[in-house]
Amino acid sequence: MTATTKSDAPRPSTTPPAPDEEQSSQFQKYVRDIMGGSAVLSVLAVVIALVVGAVLIAVTDPGVQAASAYFFGRPSDTLTAIWSAISGAYAALFQGAVYNFGAADFLSGIKPLTDTLTDSTSLIAAGLGIALSFRIGLFNIGGQGQILAAAACAGWVGFTVHAPFPLLLILALLAGLFGGAIWAGIVGFLKAQTGANEVIVTIMLNFVAFYLVSYLLKVPVLQAPGSTNPQTPPMLPGAIFPPLLGPNYLVTVGFLFVVGATVFLWWLLNRSSLGFQFRAIGDNPRAARTAGINVNRLYVYGMLISGALVGLAGANQVQGVITTGFSSGIDSGIGFSAITVALLGRSKPWGVFGAGILFGAFQAGGYTMQAAQNVPVDIVLVVQSVIVLFLAAPPLVRKIFHLPTPGSTPKPKQKKSAPESAPKAEIVQKEGAAQ
Amino acid sequence: MKLELRGITKRFGSLVANDHIDLVVNPGEIHALLGENGAGKSTLMNVLYGLYQAEDGEILLDDEVQHFAGPGDAMNAGIGMVHQHFMLIPVFSVAENVMLGHEQTRFGGTLDLAAARRQVREISARFGFHVDPDALVGDLPVGVQQRVEIIKALSRDARVLVFDEPTAVLTPQETDELMVIMRQLKAAGTSIVFITHKLREVREVADRITVIRLGRVVGEASPTATNTELASLMVGRAVELTVTKDAATPGAPALVVDKLSVIDVDGQIVVNNVSFDVKAGEILAIAGVQGNGQTELAEAILGLQAKVTGEIVLDGVSLRDKSVRGVLNAGVGYIPEDRQQDGLIAEFTIAENLMLDRADGAPFVARGSLRLAYLADFAAAKLREFDIRAQGIATHVGRLSGGNQQKVVLARELSRTLRLFVAAQPTRGLDVGSIEFVHTRIVETRDAGVPVIVVSTELDEVVALADRIAVMYRGGIVGIVPADTDRDILGLMMAGDTPDSIAKQKGAAA
Repeated sequence: MTATTKSDAPRPSTTPPAPDEEQSSQFQKYVRDIMGGSAVLSVLAVVIALVVGAVLIAVTDPGVQAASAYFFGRPSDTLTAIWSAISGAYAALFQGAVYNFGAADFLSGIKPLTDTLTDSTSLIAAGLGIALSFRIGLFNIGGQGQILAAAACAGWVGFTVHAPFPLLLILALLAGLFGGAIWAGIVGFLKAQTGANEVIVTIMLNFVAFYLVSYLLKVPVLQAPGSTNPQTPPMLPGAIFPPLLGPNYLVTVGFLFVVGATVFLWWLLNRSSLGFQFRAIGDNPRAARTAGINVNRLYVYGMLISGALVGLAGANQVQGVITTGFSSGIDSGIGFSAITVALLGRSKPWGVFGAGILFGAFQAGGYTMQAAQNVPVDIVLVVQSVIVLFLAAPPLVRKIFHLPTPGSTPKPKQKKSAPESAPKAEIVQKEGAAQ
Repeated sequence: MKLELRGITKRFGSLVANDHIDLVVNPGEIHALLGENGAGKSTLMNVLYGLYQAEDGEILLDDEVQHFAGPGDAMNAGIGMVHQHFMLIPVFSVAENVMLGHEQTRFGGTLDLAAARRQVREISARFGFHVDPDALVGDLPVGVQQRVEIIKALSRDARVLVFDEPTAVLTPQETDELMVIMRQLKAAGTSIVFITHKLREVREVADRITVIRLGRVVGEASPTATNTELASLMVGRAVELTVTKDAATPGAPALVVDKLSVIDVDGQIVVNNVSFDVKAGEILAIAGVQGNGQTELAEAILGLQAKVTGEIVLDGVSLRDKSVRGVLNAGVGYIPEDRQQDGLIAEFTIAENLMLDRADGAPFVARGSLRLAYLADFAAAKLREFDIRAQGIATHVGRLSGGNQQKVVLARELSRTLRLFVAAQPTRGLDVGSIEFVHTRIVETRDAGVPVIVVSTELDEVVALADRIAVMYRGGIVGIVPADTDRDILGLMMAGDTPDSIAKQKGAAA
């Protein structure tokens, strides 16, 4: 009988094993928790971080230290020193990141702002990619590996293919997007096929990418001919992103691409069918599956697009930032900063854009701060880290500022009584029904 | 022990869950706390048990004011709680579970398991519980596990016992046994608070009934009150408990399930060789105690189960090897058992949830883009048609009440052209008004000529809706019987007896 032969072959498994589903849903819950906060929380986290930074600036400042030696004799000296240290440092940060008031004219005064845009370009691109992965409920922390893979692909095309200007630029850029997409796509594929935990796989692929690129830099694949340094030859002129605002500013058309990527991601998530499904599996994969959405296939699609966006950062690094040939440090830690950027931007495209600009400003202004005020640039790192700390602990920020917990009704322990936690609508409904 | 609650008020934000509730439970009395889900019963009991702190009011035991900072204080004061979801550790033995939390130790900190065993035997003998102290809790039937919970509470000298929806997980027979136990406890002088929304049980066992609605005490009733009187107190209006429906006009068999088996992720056979058919324009109810394979059977039809053998044929087309998408496209509508986990995305708006199972094509998607204007019109229309009480279509579904959430699911599923409708626990946790609405819609779907499967653990619902009833037990179908089958027989079938064997027993008895 055909029925029996058929029944011998069970339906092919479409689900990853259950225990992993449990685990990753824990993760997803946590990520959702972080993302669920309002923009206010993001702003407050930045404020707290700046305050912590100010304290550090004050206590490490030599002037403050000198004045505090006779604090009880003349406390005003100490306070003045603290004020001048903090205000000097943050003023320098501002001048280095936004507008240089000491400049001769407006066009040179605005240069710091364009530097901020330059420094934020890769951060935003990578942040968008990470944000997309968060939105589908995957914790992609493989930004480093994806940037390296993208940089290797874009770079290789950029210094080997002899093609005229706009064509080579586009080819190299596409190669970069492809490299990032494949590197992240592997993760999505493994997740979908085997239920592998994406956190572990992305971390491991960071190492694989790093050592693979390091190796390729020592053999004539990526290594500059005739050189013994683990470094590539410079990009061909046709592959280099041209300056956006003329030769006086560093900012390139790469920034335009990033603006385009932000618009694209906004459209994808808020207006497209695919993005709708991404958000569905990110918020509740079980309901999405029950509604006929192929969760596993979407994990692959999502990671491919996420990787391509991170790949844009990789391409920008080699085609826009370091065009004279790169080494295995080309990612400059952007892969990890991008996680912070995505969290600070609440994984919303324009939020990520703003957070990327902020971090770009920290980076651009940090050096000015060090040069002008002798404040160690590490303070900026501390500020960034404190932001992460507070973003990862929304309840802490709420506690500090006495904010109400969202949906502050404590959840009753049992499912049956769940309606009791949100019965406002129910009351209305019942009264209505009673009529 | 006399328990008195005076003016208990508990707020969650702007919501008043308990509004100056007064309650007196006399020694040796079974006091039923009756109310719909969401009326505030569980909140009140959590206040009593020290899990929540009341904003206002006081708790008195034998006329002494108590202050409970946590369940520990409440237990020490003599209050015991039998939770709806048992707070037992399955891999521990009965004695170990009973001693958990107030372990007696001997010299050197070794556990005095023997004392716990003695205690279990002693209490068990006193009330005729027949519980073996060395049995692993995980191996015991649900009804016996509940007795372990009772023993646990009694071992701590509880003189006020709170039963929170104790019959939700029991078969009718086990429910009857529980009633006997409650009467025994009462005879021994224990005061009992019995929380439920099932009218029949209340009238059977309670001495006094307090009805709670929307966080307030709306009245007291005696057990002699009729079902209709009690129900109208609960919901504030007269309701019909039975579903008005015409006789079914079944057509040809539309869904044919043949020798269907399902193996779960742990390798257990959860549905075992099940065969049945559902005719067009007929409601087949699948009854049974929770966890006897009904859930998995429904999921298997929808393509949500990975390992399925046998055959599922709808209108001549096999569904067995189709993806969930394919099954939905074949015209199957589905109300999942757990609407919050499987049916809805809480963070999505009502409109977004309404398009959830048609997210990749017409009518909501054109050339890859969402048709937001169309969706808005559609959602607004469904809001009216299904009487979904919300501020608007952009309200997040997580903010809706259970009844309105279920209406969203119902609206979504019934908006497609259906060839089969599967509703799993369609009214679980809903208030009476919403139950009526859902039932009416299900019957309307049947009358439109669609074959309907209703999976339910509530016997009342099964009897009210079904044209035929299939009873499941341990993954198999015990029998398929007409809707007018005697409830006692259905109860026995839910405990695993086949209709034939029941008839034989009856014959032997007569």
